[in-house]
Amino acid sequence: MTTVPQTASPIDKAQALDAHSREFLVFSLGSEEYAVDILKVQEIRGYENVTRIANAPDFIKGVTNLRGVIVPIVDLRIKFHLDNVEYGGQTVVIVVNVGERVVGIVVDGVSDVMTLTPEQIKPAPEFGVTLSSDYLSGLGSLEDRMLVLVDIDKLLTSEEMALVDTVKAK
Amino acid sequence: MDITDFYDTFFEEAEELLSDMERHLLDLDVDDPDPELLNAIFRAAHSIKGGAGTFGFVVLQETTHILENLLDHTRRGELTLRRDIVDTFLEAKDMLHEQMDAYRNGAEPDPVAFERICNTLKQLALDELGKSMGEPTEQAAATPEPEAAASDADSGKSPAAEAGDGGDVLRVSLLDVGEKDRQLLVEELGQLGTIVSQQGDAKRYEVDLTASVSAEDIEAVMCFIVEPEQLAIERVARPAAKAAEVQAPAQSEPADQAAAKPVEEQPVAKPATAGSGASTDKPAKAAENKAAAAKNKASESSSIRVPVDKVDQIINLVGELIITQAMLDQTASEIDGVTHSSLHNGLNLLQRNARDLQEAVMSIRMMPMDYVFSRFPRLVRDLAAKLGKDIELVTEGKSTELDKSLIERIIDPLTHLVRNSLDHGIEMPDAREAAGKPRGGKLTLSAQHQGGNILIEVIDDGAGLSRKKILAKAESNGIAVSDSMSDDDVWQLIFAPGFSTADQVSDVSGRGVGMDVVKRNIQAMGGHVEIMSREGHGTTTRIVLPLTLAILDGMSIKVGEEVFILPLGAVLESLQPSRDELYSMAGDDLLLKVRDEYLPVIALHHVLDVADARTDITESIVVIVQGEGRRYALVVDDLVGQQQVVVKNLETNYRKVPGISAATILGDGSVALILDIADLHRLSRRKSTPRSAVTNTPIQEVIPS
Repeated sequence: MTTVPQTASPIDKAQALDAHSREFLVFSLGSEEYAVDILKVQEIRGYENVTRIANAPDFIKGVTNLRGVIVPIVDLRIKFHLDNVEYGGQTVVIVVNVGERVVGIVVDGVSDVMTLTPEQIKPAPEFGVTLSSDYLSGLGSLEDRMLVLVDIDKLLTSEEMALVDTVKAK
Repeated sequence: MDITDFYDTFFEEAEELLSDMERHLLDLDVDDPDPELLNAIFRAAHSIKGGAGTFGFVVLQETTHILENLLDHTRRGELTLRRDIVDTFLEAKDMLHEQMDAYRNGAEPDPVAFERICNTLKQLALDELGKSMGEPTEQAAATPEPEAAASDADSGKSPAAEAGDGGDVLRVSLLDVGEKDRQLLVEELGQLGTIVSQQGDAKRYEVDLTASVSAEDIEAVMCFIVEPEQLAIERVARPAAKAAEVQAPAQSEPADQAAAKPVEEQPVAKPATAGSGASTDKPAKAAENKAAAAKNKASESSSIRVPVDKVDQIINLVGELIITQAMLDQTASEIDGVTHSSLHNGLNLLQRNARDLQEAVMSIRMMPMDYVFSRFPRLVRDLAAKLGKDIELVTEGKSTELDKSLIERIIDPLTHLVRNSLDHGIEMPDAREAAGKPRGGKLTLSAQHQGGNILIEVIDDGAGLSRKKILAKAESNGIAVSDSMSDDDVWQLIFAPGFSTADQVSDVSGRGVGMDVVKRNIQAMGGHVEIMSREGHGTTTRIVLPLTLAILDGMSIKVGEEVFILPLGAVLESLQPSRDELYSMAGDDLLLKVRDEYLPVIALHHVLDVADARTDITESIVVIVQGEGRRYALVVDDLVGQQQVVVKNLETNYRKVPGISAATILGDGSVALILDIADLHRLSRRKSTPRSAVTNTPIQEVIPS
């Protein structure tokens, strides 16, 4: 490591900036745009072959086989009470890693990956009956677009998602 | 390479040595101890001490040292064994285990406990041998070894014989041992005896030492650091010994030392022991030890240690392979068999190989029941002593194999059952005598295969369950009972949660404590518990478990467009009901008459909300299933076929689903859910069955009696 100090400092600066900004995967639910931390995303795949689970909430579409692993599929559109829930060629499943678990979330489409600096992330307002601000890590403001930054960990492990056995019943 | 890299190896080996030690201690006949066993116990202690010393586990080393000295006296017959002495040894062994655990977790063992056990052992030595336990040299001086004494008598006292017990020089050659390890080894050898000289290079480093220990002992200590092949131990004659050795003309010049012979060829010891007339023939023993060591070595080289998660990974991969193979099969079945016959042949071969592979891999996970049974001698012994009962433990079918995951989960329930039998089943000796039974009780643990199941039985010849008391107890607990209940039903009462946890009315009442937990644990493993008992003659508790949890023989069924898997073990028969076999009860419930038996009818499409299922029950198929002792008729649309399925846990990424035990992946890559028969029954009771959901055709009405 024999870098000349003069050239090293601007690089360091750029890296420091990068360290604070985060990358998000932007997806759409109806006309709204949401985003999740890209580091949580394992893969994106099509919506197919989902086995229904009886007596589960309606937004839990069922389970699917992800290379031998049984993964539950959650439809965020139903969870967020959006109209026009359709399953077509554009419907995709974002497979995310939450803690030790793997969960697939159904969205209308994935648009792009965005890098947001801390200045672009605004605190989430206290609102929402369907989507408590507890499950948001903020709002991303990008010129004329607004991204709802979802804290996928908190959302998917929350009690109302019924994905995780809450404190052992017995 | 850091020495800490060897910690795990040491801990693993030491753990095995400790369990060996315990097993041997329990096997010991106090009145007539088997010298081989005593030797084995001593060797185990010695090896642990050596390893502990090498790794700097001072407390462990010292405790073992004291224990080892005591054991040494024992094996030489200077300390007469008694039951309480064996108890003390066992206690010491437990302490060693605790100390080792502490080291393993990077902590120092409890100094108070250390002191206590040391004092106990020292006190024992003081009481039994009339002298204090100190350094080995001190002790050796106080009790001249028979061999040494004998050789003195035989050949005159030589100064060399005084310096060390054996009086022989052992040449330990270290082959290809690195600098760091070599230092450790030399240091370690220094603790075993006096180093006379050391020389050599990395390729071959020779250490001569005078020590009282045998070559096996040195090997046992060294094996924590080096492989057996890296070690060569020879007994070399030295001038003093040679002078004393009249009968060994072959023994010669110091020049011969390099080519000195291995222990058993060395005649030095022979005249010595012959002279002493001691009952333990040393060369013979050495030879036996050697043989045992050779046997150990053989078993070592024929097995390898593999972390469980690696095995599990292989099993998962094989499971995937099976699924892929099924997928290929399904695709190929749509291809013309005549033009693509070689493809079909290949696929058939693949199928066979994949099944063989799966079976072979599954057998890796199988472990003998001995793993479970071996922990009971100690428990029974301790508990029997505490309760003042005389109990003989018999184990049968130790080699019966069971899946590792089940083996580990069976321990707790089985322990519970054994405790129950000892505590509440087998009577006090006097009571037994009064009942005309031998004073000593007998507890039998047995395991055997039966079909795809394993039967594990806990059999005692104790008082048995009292029908009257159980019924009375159940009544006072508010459980509905009647005198006409069958024995089986009565015995099942003790599995009721909280049954008899209240007051310990009788010897029987205690039996219910925690039995519900036992039952739940067994059921969680996919098994069930049966009780057979005769008052005054004992009780047999039988646990029936599937051999493995990873693969299930299933029957795939179809309801609407959905496919489910029924565990084949739960399926009794399937039939197509006719209208006159169906009866309704209390308006909503439907019963099916099968050979004089009325079974409740549960429609799967109703319980699991399946759309587009057949609603006319007479057009559907009814599968008679049994789970947790309940039998009912499950209405499905179609039977698809039987197949082996790889069980996949739903809870890994999701949660427990009512009525569903697990999931599996079908040939087409889709997920199918495996039904939980007993849970399905509970689920259907929660969802009251509107009659319209089951049938909308007129059926006969019966008036509920």
